[in-house]
Amino acid sequence: MSIRNTIDGVLDDGLEGLQHNFITAPVEEVVKWARRRSLMPATFGLACCAIEMMATGTAHYDMARFGMETFRASPRQADLMIVAGRVSQKMAPVLRTVYDQMMEPKWVISMGVCASSGGMFNNYAIVQGVDQVVPVDVYAPGCPPGPETLLHAILTLHEQIRTGELTRRRATTGAGAGVHLDPTHEPNTRSTPVIITGGGGR
Amino acid sequence: MGYLDGFRVTFNRLFEERVTTEYPQEKRPKPERFHGRHVLNRYEDGMEKCIGCELCAGVCPAQCIYVRGADNPIDDPVSPGERFGYVYEINYLRCIHCDLCVEACPTEAITESKMFEFSFANRQDAIYTKDELVVDDDGKPQRQPWELWHDGDDALTSGWMRATAPSGSAAHVGQVGWSGELGYGVRSPELGQTAPSDDDPDGGQG
Repeated sequence: MSIRNTIDGVLDDGLEGLQHNFITAPVEEVVKWARRRSLMPATFGLACCAIEMMATGTAHYDMARFGMETFRASPRQADLMIVAGRVSQKMAPVLRTVYDQMMEPKWVISMGVCASSGGMFNNYAIVQGVDQVVPVDVYAPGCPPGPETLLHAILTLHEQIRTGELTRRRATTGAGAGVHLDPTHEPNTRSTPVIITGGGGR
Repeated sequence: MGYLDGFRVTFNRLFEERVTTEYPQEKRPKPERFHGRHVLNRYEDGMEKCIGCELCAGVCPAQCIYVRGADNPIDDPVSPGERFGYVYEINYLRCIHCDLCVEACPTEAITESKMFEFSFANRQDAIYTKDELVVDDDGKPQRQPWELWHDGDDALTSGWMRATAPSGSAAHVGQVGWSGELGYGVRSPELGQTAPSDDDPDGGQG
């Protein structure tokens, strides 16, 4: 690895452009750790899912255990958007604006079936899946998902940040969500499951 | 010095028990009839209960179930009867866990477990196929690696039908109205059906 290659890589891709050596590998780990442990969610509660999202922040579930102290009211201070609730067609541009105002790196959790796919509101007023508007990283199913399901989604996101899957995928596809609309996609294949074990939370 | 009272409240909190559930390690107990991820049950002899009638798909308000029935192979039947569920898919990004499918199912093939902790990085992953929904050879729900199962989440998988199905009507008090099931067998009726209630002077026996 020549110095010139390293400099070009950094100029092109930032820290991700560094090829691994005994210095950069720990640095990347530290960066991922810092990103993972300081996710600040933006306030984007739209419907009943937001009630569960608020409950996740309360003492009984305590999102602060995972470094998510508060919901930021300003998108400029947030790096995780939890889309909680059904997104109407009129709300979609607002959602996109809030997403665009957030600082990189940023992630999106689609909380609940309405945000994920329209859910039972299969009609003209509701966006059938928020991933048509913003790239979604993790989908949390449920109507609404309980705080534990939301925490599971957050832990899944942590795990993806830790393994660097997100940054790699963004580089190749330009999108954060693994939305594959390839018609040749084998329907019964799954991506590598993210395993949240009982002891892996802290 | 009135403001010290506020500090005292904060200080005393340090010695009280914490209410936080350490979530990935433990879960809060769920109610008995909690609606979680579905399972497809099997009879005690290992036959699948689903007959591919598509009633669950018809009743589903979110249209998240896709069923296709097929004729049973004569030499190696999958379910007792004529037809079986050849394709059974549930899209968990649409399912709202209303349990109408459980109510509609004539053979009690589909019930819901207490497992609600799962999330997906991909829309395709959220579609569960029959291979993942059907119970294993012990009659317990399959624990997929991306789901967070704790003990007890699969305890009352077949317990939901008892009060709301026709077997829960007054004429059937104390009778078992559902068929035997792999892993669970035939269990005694739920307590709520036979326990004396306030508006029933006979104590549920008449």
